[in-house]
Amino acid sequence: MNLHEYQAKEIFARYDIPISPGHVATTPDEARAFAERLGFPVVIKAQVHSGGRGKAGGVKLAASAEEAEEKARAILALTIQGLPVRQVLVTRAVDIASETYAGILLDRATKQPLVMLSAAGGVEIEETARTSPEKIIKYMVSPRTGLLAYQARDLMRRVQPEPALATKMATVLEKLYRVWWDSDASLCEINPLVVTVAGEVLALDAKMSLDDNALYRHPDLVAYRDDRDESAGAVLAREKGLSYVKLDGDIGCIVNGAGLAMATLDLVQHFGGSPANFLDIGGSSNPEKMVTALQVITGDAHVRAILINIFGGITRCDDVARGLLIALDRMQVDAPIVIRLTGTNEAEARAILEARGLSATTSMEEAVQDAVARAQGVTV
Amino acid sequence: MSVLIDKKTKLVVQGITGRDGSFHAKAMQDYGTRLVAGVTPARAGSEIFGVPVFGGVAEAVAKTGANTSVIYVPPPFAADAIYEAADAGISLIVCITEGIPVRDMIGVWSYLEDLSKRPEGGPRLLGPNCPGLITPGQSKVGILPGHICKPGRVGLVSRSGTLTYEVVDQLTRAGIGQSTCIGIGGDPVLGTNFIDALRLFEGDDATDAVVLMGEIGGSDEEAAARYIAAHMSKPVVAFIAGRTAPPGKRMGHAGAIVSGGTGTAAEKIAAFQAAGVPVADLPSQIPGLVRAALAKPHRKSTVRANGRRPSPPKMKAKARAKSKPKRAKATKTTKPARRTKTARPRKRK
Repeated sequence: MNLHEYQAKEIFARYDIPISPGHVATTPDEARAFAERLGFPVVIKAQVHSGGRGKAGGVKLAASAEEAEEKARAILALTIQGLPVRQVLVTRAVDIASETYAGILLDRATKQPLVMLSAAGGVEIEETARTSPEKIIKYMVSPRTGLLAYQARDLMRRVQPEPALATKMATVLEKLYRVWWDSDASLCEINPLVVTVAGEVLALDAKMSLDDNALYRHPDLVAYRDDRDESAGAVLAREKGLSYVKLDGDIGCIVNGAGLAMATLDLVQHFGGSPANFLDIGGSSNPEKMVTALQVITGDAHVRAILINIFGGITRCDDVARGLLIALDRMQVDAPIVIRLTGTNEAEARAILEARGLSATTSMEEAVQDAVARAQGVTV
Repeated sequence: MSVLIDKKTKLVVQGITGRDGSFHAKAMQDYGTRLVAGVTPARAGSEIFGVPVFGGVAEAVAKTGANTSVIYVPPPFAADAIYEAADAGISLIVCITEGIPVRDMIGVWSYLEDLSKRPEGGPRLLGPNCPGLITPGQSKVGILPGHICKPGRVGLVSRSGTLTYEVVDQLTRAGIGQSTCIGIGGDPVLGTNFIDALRLFEGDDATDAVVLMGEIGGSDEEAAARYIAAHMSKPVVAFIAGRTAPPGKRMGHAGAIVSGGTGTAAEKIAAFQAAGVPVADLPSQIPGLVRAALAKPHRKSTVRANGRRPSPPKMKAKARAKSKPKRAKATKTTKPARRTKTARPRKRK
């Protein structure tokens, strides 16, 4: 789950990480009022779950109330990487003397927390990694001790030559690590961590994403969820515990197991089709899951064919077939359905489906090719 | 011989009275696994499927001699179950549970690493979020369906569950049996990675070739490709799922995500190709690639003589890495001299 900048900054503030004061506005009038309260110049920043906000014109400086209103209006009208801007953060602008990148994430290879620092702040870290990887300092943290104060100081001295500033920045890094650990974050990032001309250290931007598996122990953070950009289907799938990712094709896919689901999408594309989604109904043969899955898929107006790919290992194919019939009894499905069922009790499953005029193949490749043809309007 | 489990494996099931735990305990027992005990703290003293239920793993080990554990407890309690098994002296801990917070697993891993530094070593963890493993005809631990497997000489290691079943099924239908199938799991923090599994298969005299099934996210496949080029004498065939996955989206598995432009299927496929490992475009191509790989003479394993594999001299490893791609080019008549010299006929089934 991703947080907005202003949400991450609220969390940072609880840990005494210095941030510049700001307010979230949803209208140009509000933005103007907040700007007047803060004093000029101000920065107006789009709050969307997407990187590259600056490049997309989602971050603007305003020197007067009129300008603040006008810039806020422009930003609120933007769509950044497909996401409409619904709110802006209005903060006081500062004079920047230096910019640093600081991030905490998991290093999968060593299975330890990883601190990343770079003196090239303000640039996306992926960009720095591509163009000048030598500018990135990486440090593995022992989860036993957490990031120790002296380690944070040693690290910051490598990006900040001025000792007093390096020390100040080190305490920010220590706190950032605590935010990461305490919130079960998968990423905590300050980019840039700035030193102002006045010698103040400030987290000018904030980015956080949380480990979905740990949300059960952070009800306060779950309240930050902003799912207005998610489709109704995606929200339904999440609430019912299905893994769903919307894609932009026209073949709705329902598969049991994440690996098989990925391989199914790959096959669809291999045979010239385009998958509408990733959807893993998991290992259980609970008929409710099939009902939800079909609701999610049929809620996507682009879907022109539905491909159901089930490998019955532990899951019994006859249970899946029954679940599918229950689902079809409850709802109207107009798109053609192509079914592939194989494994445990596949013969019974086929008999159940045939009694209702449905047929199923046992070959994944055959089913995929059939679904691709049907999505293109060809009946095989 | 086989990898990690065999007929002698004595299994304790943690969470044996739960819905999944009891279902799979029965399935494992029916398959022939030596189920010796279960653990459910609140049900200690009872019995299920003819084996005793204990309040803790240590007691189960003391009274039954269990050496392997499989965990079916819910995510909030799963890390604790791993610590408990490790402290009880279990040597192989298989964690099926999906949805354990990464922070919990970081702690578990750090603890297991410390245990492994003891003179007597520490336990191996498989998973979490994995289907477990099976040595066909001998033992299965986890949730893999036994009936699709067939005893044989091809090892399989995979990050996924049902995709593994799909490929095992295709291998079996093609008449290719399996030595051991290992599901390492779909989480970002895993107890056993591809290299660990490859090392086990390389040292297993019941395995002639390995099928490796990776997916997007992380760089474990790339590390495996480098390991194969430098250390594996047995042929490996690879498959990577998630070619069509969009960046930044988690594809079902917590670990299956392309982030910051890394972890893509294209990178992984390129890494295997550079290591001379044939990569199947479709799952259905895997049996054919395995057959082709087995039909070719390959480097002699240095493992069989003494059961251990000395690490190859650095120079040679480098030289081999430079002479890539090897297996992919093996249809050519000119092969590196070293390989021709050490080539041996394939062991008959």
